[in-house]
Amino acid sequence: MDWMYHLSDWLQLLTAGHEPWDSYARYLPQLLEGAWVTLKLVVLSGIAGILLAIPLALLRVSKNPWLWVLPYCYIFFFRGTPLLVQIFLVYYGLSQFESIRNSGWLWDQVLSQPYWCAIITFSLHTAAYIAELFRGAIQSVPRGEVEAAMALGLSKAKQYRKIILPRAFGMILPAYGNEVILMLKGSALASTITLLDLMGATRNVISRTYMNLEFFLLAGVMYLVIAAVIIGLFRLLENFFNAHQRATHLPVKQLDAQLQDEHLRDNAR
Amino acid sequence: MNPAPEPASTTSDSVRPALEVSNLHKRYGDHEVLKGISLTARKGDVISILGSSGSGKSTFLRCLNLLEKPSQGEIRLCGESLQLKANRDGELDAVKSRQLEAFRARMGFVFQNFNLWPHLNLLDNLALAPVQVLGKSRAEARERAAALLKKVGLADKEKAYPLQLSGGQQQRVAIARTLAMEPEVLLFDEPTSALDPELVNEVLGVMRALAEEGRTMLIVTHEMRFARDVSSQVMFLHQGQVEELSPPEQFFTNPVSTRCREFLSSHL
Repeated sequence: MDWMYHLSDWLQLLTAGHEPWDSYARYLPQLLEGAWVTLKLVVLSGIAGILLAIPLALLRVSKNPWLWVLPYCYIFFFRGTPLLVQIFLVYYGLSQFESIRNSGWLWDQVLSQPYWCAIITFSLHTAAYIAELFRGAIQSVPRGEVEAAMALGLSKAKQYRKIILPRAFGMILPAYGNEVILMLKGSALASTITLLDLMGATRNVISRTYMNLEFFLLAGVMYLVIAAVIIGLFRLLENFFNAHQRATHLPVKQLDAQLQDEHLRDNAR
Repeated sequence: MNPAPEPASTTSDSVRPALEVSNLHKRYGDHEVLKGISLTARKGDVISILGSSGSGKSTFLRCLNLLEKPSQGEIRLCGESLQLKANRDGELDAVKSRQLEAFRARMGFVFQNFNLWPHLNLLDNLALAPVQVLGKSRAEARERAAALLKKVGLADKEKAYPLQLSGGQQQRVAIARTLAMEPEVLLFDEPTSALDPELVNEVLGVMRALAEEGRTMLIVTHEMRFARDVSSQVMFLHQGQVEELSPPEQFFTNPVSTRCREFLSSHL
């Protein structure tokens, strides 16, 4: 990441003596690295969250109490407790168990690392919300569309894979985007377990410069930029997965002209 | 204009009936909607099912491919019997889901509300089931889908989405979607009831063409003239029982049952 330091040096030449720009230029590399950590946290936990949410939601819509009770409790816990409590439980709480501290690789590489603790917590947290979104969407796929799949001979698994889940995914996309934005803001809590994400890096810089207002403002702007990128990304996803919704806005008149079809006029009375 | 096809008995005596239903019952709790209906459709038969609302005609059709679970009865497709067993609620479930899926694949079902998949374009709506159920290659299924869209008069709409179409066009696509499975029997559940009057004929035109091809069809409908023109048999249901089953000439001019006469006088 040398380029950040070159950029920083170059900017410092431009801004020499002009605060806060001089400090902004000087601490830019730290902040960019923090922003990169934040972005990784959000993207990884957003993806892991939805992957985890699909089986959770499928179990949750089951009519068998043995199947839905566990996901129900899981969702109830993660939606009902503060994210900060969950982070502390994973990062500080798990280390209380000797068996976990002695678990070798799992402890050394994962559970003792704030970065992975944050990703695990965020994934579990957001999965609970997305699972609820998914459950609602699965249940609101119109009955007739499922019956059409049944009537054509699709097995239960294929009904889900080919019709119900793709339909449900299209339905939850806007809400899923919202959830990722919420996770972006929630990710600031990762700084409380010593992680140098955008928030952590900002506080680090402030402890050296005492420029509270200036650097919190800058951090806010950087969060805003990341949020804008995520919003744009979801706009693209929606255009791709919900193409039919945009298409519906085509002028109907132009489409109906082709109703006058010779083949049909012959057959109709 | 071609005349309605002859009943197929003369041409297919040696062939097993396409569809045989015997003693079909359906109960919702204490209420019995179907009270033992039997029907045989030979290959090429077009059987219209008439009756006032609540007579059980849609339920009967939906029981045939187990969209609705019957309480009792037997269903045979080309001589093969669908294996059924009673579940806890006293309804019949398929013993093997594989067999049920195969049955459904061979029995096309056209819904009143089309039930196209809105997130897929027309080509994908048609090609999905042949690829997933019949194991056809994607290219082959799409080629056939394009040919079927052409057949129902929507050749230039391959990439359109269902909600861009009028109701009549959607129903034609839905018919094409069932045809893509090359079913042996076609079931139509009030295919024109959700359409504006001016769109009814384009759908009936497609169905008429299918009847003339010699396809085996069961049609629940309120379109009396259509039923008279294309049917080989007309079945009249009243309170879950077959009140009259006769060829259209007799049914529409000289029905035996008084209820049937009353029904006709209020619908013609």
